[in-house]
Amino acid sequence: MEKVLIECRSLCKDYDMGAEVIHALKDVSLKIHKGEYVAIMGPSGSGKSTLMNLVGALDVPSRGDLLVNGLDLSRQDSDQLADFRNHTIGFVFQQFNLLARTTALENVRLPLLYSRDNNAGDSTERAVEALERVGLADRMDHETTQLSGGQQQRVAIARALVNRPSVILADEPTGALDTKTSIEILDLFQELNDSGITLMVVTHDPEVAGVSRRNLMFRDGEIIDDLLVGNGAAA
Amino acid sequence: MNIFKTTNIALVALRLNKMRSFLTMLGIIIGIASVIVMVSVSSGSKQEIEAQIDRLGSNMLSIRPGTRTMGGRHGGAGTAGPLTEKHIKSLKEEFNFIEGISGSISSSVPIVYGNKNWTTGVIGIHADYIEVRQWVIEDGRNFTEREVRSGGKVALVGQDIIEKLFDGNSPIGARIRIKNVPFTVIGTLEKKGASNWGRSYDDVIFIPISTARMRVSGRSARSVPDIVGNIYLTVNLDRDISIAEEDLAEFLREIRKIAPGAQDDFSIANFSEFIRARNETSSTLGLLLAATAAIALVVGGIGIMNIMLVSVTERTREIGLRLAVGARRKDILTQFLVEAVTLCLIGSLVGVALGVGTGELIKRTIEIPVLLNIPIIFIAISSAAFVGIFFGFYPARKASRMNPIDALRYE
Repeated sequence: MEKVLIECRSLCKDYDMGAEVIHALKDVSLKIHKGEYVAIMGPSGSGKSTLMNLVGALDVPSRGDLLVNGLDLSRQDSDQLADFRNHTIGFVFQQFNLLARTTALENVRLPLLYSRDNNAGDSTERAVEALERVGLADRMDHETTQLSGGQQQRVAIARALVNRPSVILADEPTGALDTKTSIEILDLFQELNDSGITLMVVTHDPEVAGVSRRNLMFRDGEIIDDLLVGNGAAA
Repeated sequence: MNIFKTTNIALVALRLNKMRSFLTMLGIIIGIASVIVMVSVSSGSKQEIEAQIDRLGSNMLSIRPGTRTMGGRHGGAGTAGPLTEKHIKSLKEEFNFIEGISGSISSSVPIVYGNKNWTTGVIGIHADYIEVRQWVIEDGRNFTEREVRSGGKVALVGQDIIEKLFDGNSPIGARIRIKNVPFTVIGTLEKKGASNWGRSYDDVIFIPISTARMRVSGRSARSVPDIVGNIYLTVNLDRDISIAEEDLAEFLREIRKIAPGAQDDFSIANFSEFIRARNETSSTLGLLLAATAAIALVVGGIGIMNIMLVSVTERTREIGLRLAVGARRKDILTQFLVEAVTLCLIGSLVGVALGVGTGELIKRTIEIPVLLNIPIIFIAISSAAFVGIFFGFYPARKASRMNPIDALRYE
């Protein structure tokens, strides 16, 4: 068994909406090991995106412990969290979130601009490398608006990869794509996972659940099912 | 993440929004340009004033005979008893700070040379007058002491006279008739230009003061054998001119036997003070205009803040993304500050160009004196940078304080 990469202990997240408090996560405890490919499913508002935001340090937990890569996220200041997002996490969003009127290469380089790792080497070289990995090296000088949806999402994946993160967090990565393109993206995820990258994918898409090796089912802020499927069952 | 990288990010962001960047800069451009134009125009007129003072002599004082009061009625200037050679002599002996001193008796009389004639101001002077009134002998020589004392029939002529009577040819050695008395021209005077009352300084002939007394001026002058008209003198630059003025007044009261508390029967004028006072209004106005221009700059800064706030709101998702990929709060703050400062700096450079150009245009078209003030350009540019930091800070801070997840989800 690989080491534990993400560990939640009684993790809670409340949103104070004024009139009422919404308990988005209720006492979630969970371990994810290095190299896992986890699909997180559940209806809207079930807490799956909240979990992902907490793991990615985009938001802070209300109670409970959250350790990622040995780091206790509730004990970090905002600069430390920024650095954590920079070198430990790679984000992939449903709407790609690329910078408009900017080339694919510049988009992929973005995390390196904020990197404090002085041994990172040449940022252009690494960005080109990441684009090669997602099969878009020939499009690196194109502005993002000149690319198709699938290509844009691959640029976003290259951006997530460029700083060699421990885990990639993807929030509905196929939500804005057609079926054929979705399959291409899922194939790419499979390749990345095969090369040892840990993946957490929030999705409604049963296709994704089909290719992942572990399915977490959320409802009303709680995990109601945790299934090992496919290769994951054997691991 | 260093400042170079941040600047680059900011420049790229500005280039992506060219039109908006330009409109944002417009306030700064206009503000800086108007500051430069206003200051240039007011420095120009100040320089003009200083030049006027220089032409008159900044260390020059004049003494005029004053009026006598009889039963509450003022007589005209000069009724109080004239200034004479004796006054000049005792002043020279009393004060060693006097560098040059001369009388000046002027009259307007007809001049004839060959078949040409002209009426002009003929001024009887001592040799010191040339230096005291900042004239320069262009050709020939000044009067000798002997000529001044013994009524030499020699003359120095101004450029307008050379034009009018000699058609621009050298008049040295020529014989002219002043009020029918023949004079020999021994020197010419360099051009001085127009006075601030619009009369030409160069329409003038100088003759020795004794000659003027005897041959040229009117009856009233002849009644006092050693009258000198007005006295002009220059004060050593080491001496404060206002203090010198007081010393002279005190001494003159003494030798003219004026009782303590009684009114002076002479007046001392300090020309540079007079001109400065006369122009104080115009420099106050200049200051007011510059202040207005500075307000324009502040308004420009508010424009920058406004647009930066809009920009921060519009780019909320971009900020969220930058935070998500590892930007620290300081990185976001710096990016937006650099954007604001860059806008202001580029705006100020364009504003400087526009201001300098407009100044040049004003100089050429409406012929107002304009003096480009180099320090003000640097002040303008650095104040623009300050405006950028000051008005950019609030929006930049707002951007950097965003919660990453809220920013990413912002619609």
